[in-house]
Amino acid sequence: MDHIPRIKVNTLRKEAWDKVTGAAKYNGDIHTPDTLYAKMLTSTHAHASIKSIDTSDAENLDGVHAVITGDYIPVLSGSLIKDKPPIARNKVRYFGEPIAVVVASSKEKAMQAIKLIKVDYDPLPVVNSIANSIKSDATLIHESLGSYDCPAKNVYPKPGSNIAHHTKIRKGNMNKGWAESDVVIESKFKIPQSDHLAMETRNSRAKILPDGNVIIYTSSQAPFAVRKNLSELYNIPEGNVIVRVPLVGGAFGGKATVQTEYIAYLASKAVGGQMVEVMNSREEDISTSPCKIGLEAQLKIGATKAGIIKALECIYYADNGAYASTGPRMAKAIASDCSGPYNIENIHCDSFAVYTNHTYVTSYRGFGHAEFTFCMERMMDKLAASLQMDPIELRLKNAISPGDLSPTQSKITLSNTGNLTDCILRLKELTNWQEDRVVKMDNGMIRAKGMSCFWKTSTSPTDASSGVILTLNTDGSINLNCSAVEIGPGMKTTLAQILAEKMKMDVEKIHVVMNVDTQVSPNHWKTVASMTTFMVGNAVIRAAEDLIYQLRSIASVVLRCPPDDLDIKDQKIYLRDRPEIYVSFKNVVYGYMYPDGTCIGGQIIGRGSYIMRHLKTLDKETGKGKTGASWTVGAQAVEIEYDPKRYTYRLLKAITVIDVGKVINPKTATGLIMGGMSMGLGLATREEFLYDDVGVLEDTSLRTYKLIRFGEHPQYIVDFIETPQSDGPFGARGMGEHGILGMPAAFANAISLAAKAEFDMIPISPELIWKTKTGGKYDPI
Amino acid sequence: MIPFDFKYYKPGTIEEATDIANKTLKKGKKIMYYAGGTEFISMARMHNIYTDAIIDIKGIPECNTHELKNNELTIGSTVTLTSIAEQNFFPLLSLTVERIADHTIQDKITLGGNLAGTIIYREAVLPLMVTDSDIVIANTYGKKRIPLKDIFDKRIQLQEDEMIVKVIIKEQFLSLPSIHVKRTKNEKIDYPLITIVALKDDIGINFAFSSICEYPFRSSSMENFLNDNSLPKDERIKKAIDNVPDKILNDISGSSEYRKFMFHSMLYEILTHFEEVN
Amino acid sequence: MLEISDSTIITLNVNGKDRKIVAKPSDILLHTLRKELGLTGAKPGCENGDCGACTILVDDWPIKSCLMLTVEAIGKRILTVEGLNDAPIQQAFVENWGFQCGYCTSGFLMVCHSLSKIHPNADEQTIQNWLQSNLCRCTSYDEIENAIKSILKWEVYYERTGRK
Repeated sequence: MDHIPRIKVNTLRKEAWDKVTGAAKYNGDIHTPDTLYAKMLTSTHAHASIKSIDTSDAENLDGVHAVITGDYIPVLSGSLIKDKPPIARNKVRYFGEPIAVVVASSKEKAMQAIKLIKVDYDPLPVVNSIANSIKSDATLIHESLGSYDCPAKNVYPKPGSNIAHHTKIRKGNMNKGWAESDVVIESKFKIPQSDHLAMETRNSRAKILPDGNVIIYTSSQAPFAVRKNLSELYNIPEGNVIVRVPLVGGAFGGKATVQTEYIAYLASKAVGGQMVEVMNSREEDISTSPCKIGLEAQLKIGATKAGIIKALECIYYADNGAYASTGPRMAKAIASDCSGPYNIENIHCDSFAVYTNHTYVTSYRGFGHAEFTFCMERMMDKLAASLQMDPIELRLKNAISPGDLSPTQSKITLSNTGNLTDCILRLKELTNWQEDRVVKMDNGMIRAKGMSCFWKTSTSPTDASSGVILTLNTDGSINLNCSAVEIGPGMKTTLAQILAEKMKMDVEKIHVVMNVDTQVSPNHWKTVASMTTFMVGNAVIRAAEDLIYQLRSIASVVLRCPPDDLDIKDQKIYLRDRPEIYVSFKNVVYGYMYPDGTCIGGQIIGRGSYIMRHLKTLDKETGKGKTGASWTVGAQAVEIEYDPKRYTYRLLKAITVIDVGKVINPKTATGLIMGGMSMGLGLATREEFLYDDVGVLEDTSLRTYKLIRFGEHPQYIVDFIETPQSDGPFGARGMGEHGILGMPAAFANAISLAAKAEFDMIPISPELIWKTKTGGKYDPI
Repeated sequence: MIPFDFKYYKPGTIEEATDIANKTLKKGKKIMYYAGGTEFISMARMHNIYTDAIIDIKGIPECNTHELKNNELTIGSTVTLTSIAEQNFFPLLSLTVERIADHTIQDKITLGGNLAGTIIYREAVLPLMVTDSDIVIANTYGKKRIPLKDIFDKRIQLQEDEMIVKVIIKEQFLSLPSIHVKRTKNEKIDYPLITIVALKDDIGINFAFSSICEYPFRSSSMENFLNDNSLPKDERIKKAIDNVPDKILNDISGSSEYRKFMFHSMLYEILTHFEEVN
Repeated sequence: MLEISDSTIITLNVNGKDRKIVAKPSDILLHTLRKELGLTGAKPGCENGDCGACTILVDDWPIKSCLMLTVEAIGKRILTVEGLNDAPIQQAFVENWGFQCGYCTSGFLMVCHSLSKIHPNADEQTIQNWLQSNLCRCTSYDEIENAIKSILKWEVYYERTGRK
């Protein structure tokens, strides 16, 4: 029998037709008549003591069921550092922080009531920048930092400061590194906070049943984290918290933190358990819910004349905003991979997560990697320039390869990292790199190309795990039940393809359980970190093996042969050497019935699970350890056209070559990379949080917070290298985030070349170019 | 979500509209004439506006006029920006309104709505300014046709009970050499960093500006400098910029210094454009 | 003169059928469609007219339903994604991987559908003008561009010129 491949095939996503007909349901699409609506009153100050809150007028408004403040069940939340009251108490630490919640019969009523709450603030000095946060006499944002409970190990808040965490990397011998360096380059970099901007704003509903069950309906990447955190925070037995997640309208890391769920739970509790909906307005989604980290960094790099990098010293400060959330983990992720995909023997890195009076942060596509990659890859271009070397040559010379050690001194293999050199060489072809990288056109425009490499590993907990349950239907088709949330990348379909390939059956006969229900589906850590295909995919393969074992066992009885003589294909179990002798799945999956009616076997249920292997926490002093199972490497380029008179530019072309191990679904994979590239170009060119001088966020709507729109997109080219990851499903490695990683750097490298100026901060707007080139003063002559 | 209730009236005539406005106002209530409603709805949801009643004037035939007759182009106040662009009687106006908000919203925003809005840009007024157009307004005592310049001081000065019925543009202007230039911070769909509309008639080039100051304007002293052909272009422009009538905007779209730079280069392009037209 | 002061039964023509619903003057069409009629294809993305996720057609033209009062729709023909009925653009979006999370998709489909009816020969500039009204955060827009061009007469253009 011929093998029909199910991977490397453009399988349509399972929910495709639901999504083009309006039938696809997202969390906010479900309304029941008994639902009440919560609305938050949010802080108008970035840092202030709350002297008093008067909610009496709001409470008296017709249609209002309850008004709660931070005094209602006061607790501190936080997965790493318990520093955040779900509703601010005594003081506010960022503009947009919730300070009261109204529950009313309609959204309009709740909005009216919000206006009736009177808050008396006593403004405090605002920590409005990283520089202000780290100075020795800085205003403290968390006076009690030293006494906060830290549920996570390896988080090191520094009492009496605004430092939430510090990761150190000490690899090799810096003195030796500098001594061997002929050239030393130094630079500073700056990246602002910005927003995930998933099209569906974060929202959730909660109800509390008389039997003690708490049901949370939410738009989340992490239903099991919602369950665990709610259970721990409010002392609800974990089994009583039931979290349900339908399709999610984009996430990008922003829905991995528990936030609206706490508010919904408290609101429901305040009205006797009735269903309460909390739905962020766009403005709340931008200013109240967590955002992407900002970053300031200082890098120093040394290399020989031949272009071999000998030393890297770097300091990173991640603007964590007002609460720790996952910020410390991103500081760690930055440190762990700080070399970029290059072999650097001597590294000294300090990476801090610091508190400011800005919106607090959570994971964002790339988990800190897009940010440090910007710094590192700008350094590579600067180094190449000072060595008068082609930037591609410099990168090829230093490309990470088997036998090298990562900054955390983890051993690099071809399997766990892939082949960067191949990616760079392929990129070189696709960009026609040998042609001039800067071309002046006849019309005065300047065309320029910039490039960047990237790598990324996950920074998951060492015990992150995934489970899969396979049940079967009487027609022999399979139901695939796992807790990966369908946030957009088509992972449920990818997993179905993996299962189909393993089971050698038609992917159409695999039904995916699209929604996640923590009571029904087996745990999956979180749908984050580009780990779904890897972790759940491995669990799928193990579940399939379990299924195959059971199918062969029963079939061996039916077909009277040893199980080892049997194979499966097209929903049949057949004798390997006599394929015409077989029994169909449908005849065994609910037990096999002999002609006389007697039955053997029983319902077949497959199960598989996966837990991360050999991850180690990092040593506090040296950073030695292991943060992820593997890296994914790649190379990217951007071609632009620059107008030297107007200081404007157009995006012409963007290219990615990435080593994904194995492409499961080419079109889906291409789309995922392109989407990441588009976001990266957004960061490079326009996306930023703009705080005024008292820390008030100014661009809280899509009028002023700008995204790339249709027609502004360049031509995209994506190509894949396939160096299998031996422990990945069919060799596949993570790739969900990676399209974004090198884009800001590649763009900045191109514009720096075209405009003959160094751009070490993003976004790079025409005004910034004008300022950089002219000094920022209007001078007509 | 609008967090307050109001009454909705949809009159069929101007008389009905102004009558109900008058009666409601006399009761001490607030009214708003309503056309496209895009600004009203987005401000209402943020608690930035309140009214007791809205009077939707889209059902009034005169407000929907869109015709070229007797050497005059008449555009009713409830004609949408999309309709202006698609019919394209006045290309300069079409170009201007096609760059307000985005294409879908242009099918909701009306000419009258943009003119009477509180948004500081109100770019639709620019082509009317450079063509010395007239505007017809109405209240309970009747209608009057007024030169735009007589009623425009930073904004169209309307009393609470007055509504815009239509604007009238003389046909002779419609085909004169003209140009619309809009620059934004970084991308097409955005508030203007600066928008300039210019039109050349027998006497010289007329200019109208948006997003230089907190209101759209036309300035005779700036026009005098810009039309002073005895001076080199850069000199003319510099003098014009020195004579901007108010503080130059400094906001998240762009600093005032950057605006000046941009203003200069845009004016240079425009002057060059008209030289080439000659 | 039409006068509505409180919750009233009104008739809306939605997807070819007259539907009676209860609305008050301050109700927004987006919410009426979603809550009163269960037509949740139109999504709230910003409720400020900026993102286009709530786009529907009113008398064949795209409108952001978050910026329209329900009462304004009286006497108009409303088409939502649920009423598209196997329009070519739906197939085109599926075939071209024109979406990932799907949240912006209904809005894009409606703009594209309207464009294909009103300007079936739309040029690059017109396509851009229309589609710039909507935001997508997952795709790169390249996929959406391929989808819209595949249902306009562009295919003919490509075949003729060999250019893409």
